Amino acid sequence: MTGDPLLEVQGLSLAFGKNKVLQNFSLTLMEGENLGILGKSGSGKSVLIKCIIRLLNPDLGIIRVFGKDISQLNQEQMDELRKDVGFLFQSNALYDSMTVKQNLEFPLRRHWSEEDRLAHAETAVQEALDDVGLSHTQHMMPSELSGGMKKRIALARMLILKPKVILYDEPTTGLDPVTGREISELILKIQNKYNTASILISHDLSCIRLTSNRVIMLIEGKNYADDTFDQLRHHADPKVKIFFRDYE
Amino acid sequence: MDSIKNLESDFLKEVGQITRFIARFFLVVIKPKQEWEEWINQCYWIGYKSLTLVSVTAFIMGLVLTIQSRPTLVEFGAASLLPAMVSVSLVREITPVITSLICAGKIASGIGAELGSMRVTEQIDAMEVSGTNPFKYLIVTRVLASTVMVPILSLLAIAISLYGGFLGTNIRGEVSWTLYWFQAYDALSFGDFIPSLVKTIFFGFAIGTVGCYKGYTSQKGTEGVGKSATTAVVVASLLVFVLDLIAVQITDILGLT
Repeated sequence: MTGDPLLEVQGLSLAFGKNKVLQNFSLTLMEGENLGILGKSGSGKSVLIKCIIRLLNPDLGIIRVFGKDISQLNQEQMDELRKDVGFLFQSNALYDSMTVKQNLEFPLRRHWSEEDRLAHAETAVQEALDDVGLSHTQHMMPSELSGGMKKRIALARMLILKPKVILYDEPTTGLDPVTGREISELILKIQNKYNTASILISHDLSCIRLTSNRVIMLIEGKNYADDTFDQLRHHADPKVKIFFRDYE
Repeated sequence: MDSIKNLESDFLKEVGQITRFIARFFLVVIKPKQEWEEWINQCYWIGYKSLTLVSVTAFIMGLVLTIQSRPTLVEFGAASLLPAMVSVSLVREITPVITSLICAGKIASGIGAELGSMRVTEQIDAMEVSGTNPFKYLIVTRVLASTVMVPILSLLAIAISLYGGFLGTNIRGEVSWTLYWFQAYDALSFGDFIPSLVKTIFFGFAIGTVGCYKGYTSQKGTEGVGKSATTAVVVASLLVFVLDLIAVQITDILGLT
């Protein structure tokens, strides 16, 4: 984990009306690093990663992705940069009107040429589905899939472009513990296989522990504590301690 | 007083936002790489899938108008003018407006609900993250499809409603097929068809734009989706009447009436 950071957030602030969600928040993400972010509901975790991918614009602060200040990029440049930054939505965000195969092919239409798509899309879709263990679902509609399967397909859709950095928005929320564990293991497998760096936000401590080698506590819109999972678990500060109270 | 002020400010805000939305449409539509495949798909959904509803309504419209008009014309001894009167009414006003209202109900609500649900389930964000411009892919294709298909549906509806008129004429009287069409066409000129066609282009644009705007800017979860669909129908229908009023004034000024 040396060299320039893949991702750098400096002094990020964002408010919705009078509600100050992020206040002077900073973080860095190095190559190969998997960063977990813990925080209460409504603490601004999702807002943070949406700012990183420029789905939301902060009021203040600088976000650099691969050394580029994203606020200075035009739409074309931003779209190009997004090829290397995967985003897994909490709601999966699969396109309802498309089959699984069409869902997976969709990101390719912007980033691959027509010839490449005709020649290699089939293989890429198959490979991505094999990665998540759902190669038989190509012709199914999202409505025919279970919650865990939808999450896997969303992961496959994100993987098809082989991103260097992946942002996970609560990947195990709404899943039963067994499926949640399977998704956490799948994330770990992806990290190891593709050597991706990632930011994972979650309430699920088991998922964070399994997949993150560093954890940030997002409290009151600030980077309140930044350490390994085990160090934070034994932290003296009551605001940090409370998150780990029921964790065995 | 405060609530009136708030209403005023909300209305003006909405007008400002929809104007920006339309300006964005024109900026995006001229940029290269059009989404033709999705546009054709939308033409199919908007045009072909509305055909049965529009056809049935148009036929009934022609039939009912003829049956209702007959007694008055008979009273004035002008029953022979029935095909001419019906054709002028149907071509100039009734069919384009009723067809557009049906489209406002079916298309604007459909688009509003579809895009609204895509917005609240983050599908539009997912599209943006994947590098596809959702405005071009979702909005431009739907607005263009609606702008093209509503006039086509209206032309088809005019033809079908005239067939309804023929049946209506022959329920109580007897007019030959040839004589009916001769009288119907004889009363018409291009000055009747062109304004009718041009205004349906604007109706189609308004229906597509309102449906897309309401869906694309949908908020507050599933409740917002329902609200988007409903307000899309209300606003689109109202706009059809407002645009019709403007169109009538313009054709009057140009001497096409």
